[in-house]
Amino acid sequence: MTYDAQTRRTRPDREADGTGRTSGIGGADGALLSVRRLHVYARPDRAHGPRTLVRDVGFDLAPGRTLGVVGESGSGKTLTARAVTGVLDDGLRAEGQVLFDGIELLGRPERELRPLRGGRLAMVLQDPFTALNPLLTVRAQLRESLAPGTRRDRVLASAEISRRLREVGLDPDTVAGRYPFQLSGGMRQRVAIAAALARDPELLIADEPTTALDATTQAEVLALLRRLQADRGMALLLITHDLRVAFSVCDRVLVMYAGSVLEDAPAAALARSPRHPYSLGLMLAEPPVSHFVDRLVSLPGQVPAADGVADTCAFADRCEWRREVCTTTRPGLTPLPEERASACVRIPEIDDELRTRLLGRVRKVPPARRRPARPLAAPGEAPRTTSTRDSARHAESTHRTPPGPPSGRTTGLYGHDLVPTTPGTPPVTPDGAPFLTVEGLGKTYGRSGTYGRMSSFAGPTRSSRSVRLKGTTTEPMALRDVSFELREGESLGVVGESGSGKTTLARCLLGLTRPTTGTIRLGGVDVSDYRKLRRKEHREARRLVQMVFQDPYSSLNPRLSIGTTLGEAVTAGPDPAQRPAELLERVGLPASYARKQPGELSGGERQRVAIARALAVRPRLLVCDEPVAALDVSVQAQILQLLREVRAGYGTSLIVITHDLSVVRQLTDRALVLHGGEIVESGETAALLDSPRHPHTQRLIASIPGGN
Amino acid sequence: MSITTFVLRRLASGLLLLLALSLLVFALLDASPGSPLQSLLGTRPATPELVAELRARHHLDEPFALQYLHWLSDAVRLDFGRSISVQAGTPVVDMVYGRAALSAELAAYCLLLVLLLGVPLGLIAGIRHGRTADRSISLLATVGFGAPVYALSVVLLYVFGVALGWFPVYGAGEGFADRVTHLTLPAVALTTVLSAVVVRQTRAATVTVLRQDYLTFARLRGLSPARVLIHYVLRNCAPPVVTSAGMLLIAPLSAGIFIEQVFSLPGMGSLLLTAVAAEDLPVVQGTALLLGALVVLVNLLVDLLGFLLDPRVRLHAAGEH
Repeated sequence: MTYDAQTRRTRPDREADGTGRTSGIGGADGALLSVRRLHVYARPDRAHGPRTLVRDVGFDLAPGRTLGVVGESGSGKTLTARAVTGVLDDGLRAEGQVLFDGIELLGRPERELRPLRGGRLAMVLQDPFTALNPLLTVRAQLRESLAPGTRRDRVLASAEISRRLREVGLDPDTVAGRYPFQLSGGMRQRVAIAAALARDPELLIADEPTTALDATTQAEVLALLRRLQADRGMALLLITHDLRVAFSVCDRVLVMYAGSVLEDAPAAALARSPRHPYSLGLMLAEPPVSHFVDRLVSLPGQVPAADGVADTCAFADRCEWRREVCTTTRPGLTPLPEERASACVRIPEIDDELRTRLLGRVRKVPPARRRPARPLAAPGEAPRTTSTRDSARHAESTHRTPPGPPSGRTTGLYGHDLVPTTPGTPPVTPDGAPFLTVEGLGKTYGRSGTYGRMSSFAGPTRSSRSVRLKGTTTEPMALRDVSFELREGESLGVVGESGSGKTTLARCLLGLTRPTTGTIRLGGVDVSDYRKLRRKEHREARRLVQMVFQDPYSSLNPRLSIGTTLGEAVTAGPDPAQRPAELLERVGLPASYARKQPGELSGGERQRVAIARALAVRPRLLVCDEPVAALDVSVQAQILQLLREVRAGYGTSLIVITHDLSVVRQLTDRALVLHGGEIVESGETAALLDSPRHPHTQRLIASIPGGN
Repeated sequence: MSITTFVLRRLASGLLLLLALSLLVFALLDASPGSPLQSLLGTRPATPELVAELRARHHLDEPFALQYLHWLSDAVRLDFGRSISVQAGTPVVDMVYGRAALSAELAAYCLLLVLLLGVPLGLIAGIRHGRTADRSISLLATVGFGAPVYALSVVLLYVFGVALGWFPVYGAGEGFADRVTHLTLPAVALTTVLSAVVVRQTRAATVTVLRQDYLTFARLRGLSPARVLIHYVLRNCAPPVVTSAGMLLIAPLSAGIFIEQVFSLPGMGSLLLTAVAAEDLPVVQGTALLLGALVVLVNLLVDLLGFLLDPRVRLHAAGEH
């Protein structure tokens, strides 16, 4: 693969910089977009002094090429894109150099940027639910985006709008006259892409364009972007948290962490051999969808603030290869062979080890330790403690070498068929009588009900999937004839996209909404209608089933300390004497966290607290609604591992509602696929994912980025 | 749902509300101290002829429900009877007529000033969020909102009417130009208070809209500032501002009671006040019911505007049936 800008780059250019902390590699010859030493600062406010959010970022993007910027939340990837396009929020300031076709963009007033925007460079935002003007029709928003000449000619404009809509795969006759709120998320993102590209820009910056979308929609939108980019020879800067997405779309990838670039490499080379421990960590942390692994690998700790790592390697705190040298100064990007660069100073020493770790992550493990389920420490005894950093690191590093026997070839994590990865052994499905029986469950939402009305006024928030349901008003039937059983200690996956009815199912199980037809029997009691239960049964049913919500940022009361939240939850359970500290230990948090407020915790820690709260009443069934969807890749595995331990340790049954097939693979014994409110396929998880029968399931599996 | 159905439905619910109000207003007759007859007589001597006439007119010998129906059927034809004490013998409608016109003119004047002043100031404050312009405007709005309207009126009256002598201090004036000069000070006094509300509403709406992704996306597409301001900022600010502006049309009536006293304006507010003080029951009933009708009408207009401004409201209403 040739990479225009990079083949032309000159070494003297970076020597001229002379600081040893050069940002980016190579010069700007032939680059359409060339960024050097980009910093983003936050102006001091009441809470903080001046802060650095992005530090010394640099890259080149040649015409027609695709660059991926990958990072977790807080890595500075979105700020980088916003700095480039000049739409940083008030209170943020960018410094450095951003050359677009030789024109310096930084510091240029809005008036001078405007002729470039839309016409030459365009940007698509993450959230299609909020990116379009709610009061204008699709037609009006496309029309205003067109070049003035076309826009002013009524006939010409109308033809152009139809053409543009067809180009992004929408039917102009049905879509052009609609308002954004009448369209689904995927359709809105297509409209936004059409609007951004209406004047055929040379560069498109796409900021997580598919994150808010369903898996299949995600795949479609990515394919669309790829096609449009290729057709037009347009340069694409794709910002994403998902390495698989970056690998499937980009020529080159920049890995960002805590505001800095840690690695810069051609996509294929990076996928083959990461040259920074963090890149490797990200790749390994992603729960594989192709096979079950006994022990999920996760990165210990959490992403630091960019300011806290000004004079050290940003990743040092979480790195198992850390040495003295890593923390004495901030390492700059060092060029390596193969057109790449890494910010790891120890790369010459540990390069081989990194590669071995990626390729033979299973091979180096002692063979034959087949255990159905890993038993958890007894209650009260911490499964692992993170009270000190060292013990946490120790605990995590033991996770890094998942036990399991070697076996035949399967498809590797990133689609390379060169890795003899070994599937672990999923826990044996427990036998026994069904503990939960759902029969013929159906639910119809009235169209003028308060729920519908509220949801449509809830505004275009990211989570307001109900808006779409209601807006299109095509699915008055949310659930239709859903039947399944769940045995004690079993884990069941419920797979579906938005509008599939999976959330309605969860609400029915928890008694938050009444099913229209059918019955739910829980531990021998009919709980189809919670209102008909006697008080004691009601309390009992509530105790049997607990919920873990998707968004740990909104599921904890921000005004209550963790200890108070847990203490309150305990009073409803069978053991009111339980102490918050015990609960915290059970989910791997130090007891001192009881004094903290939710605001002081990271997303992963909050989700642990949410799980601890659910466990407080000793439930026999835990309903997890997208338990890791709102979390960063590096902490997802921690939470999945924790849920496994909960299940193994207490025999808690799990119902895992998700659109993420890797979560289903790692967490469930059986799974059912919901589509349009109906079960279209169900079966053992392994069989379902390895040889799906129903076209919809096949489509779901085919839409995994980078998958085969 | 078509716009006609929408209007008809809102109209029907408004009428229902008015019906309830009319019942309350009518019940005043029975609720006031003394017998209904005494209330209706007021200070007039109870001559047998007058008593007989009042009994016949107000159907006092019939049960309450029938009395109410008779009264209501008259009221629908805008016949609220005759004044007892304020302008004894004059039909209530005739008394209300001229005064309602004056109040309406004052309200329109206010609305014009508020729209010309409050909305732009709110926009500026919102756009310059957190900066000096915003702070000054917000401070002014707070002061304006906090100032008691009667105190403000007196100050204005003293400074511009008495000390500077720029504006007349008394009465309503004759002819258009004269009327405008006479209404200026009262309108400014009212506008100060009402603008404060509009400034705050507009500012909050602007700040919210400016933070929206769709605004960033509009800038990123290189749309002209004028287009962004009109089609993005103003249009999206309009629904909440229109809702609060509904209150503006009603406020000149309530706050107007003070204003009309201070500036000696013969408007609806002062009529209501005088009638209450003089225990002139038909006048109180008539004005209360007409003011109620006005509130219902203004709310209908506001709903209608919201309906036209926001396709989400419009199309959602359509989905209900």
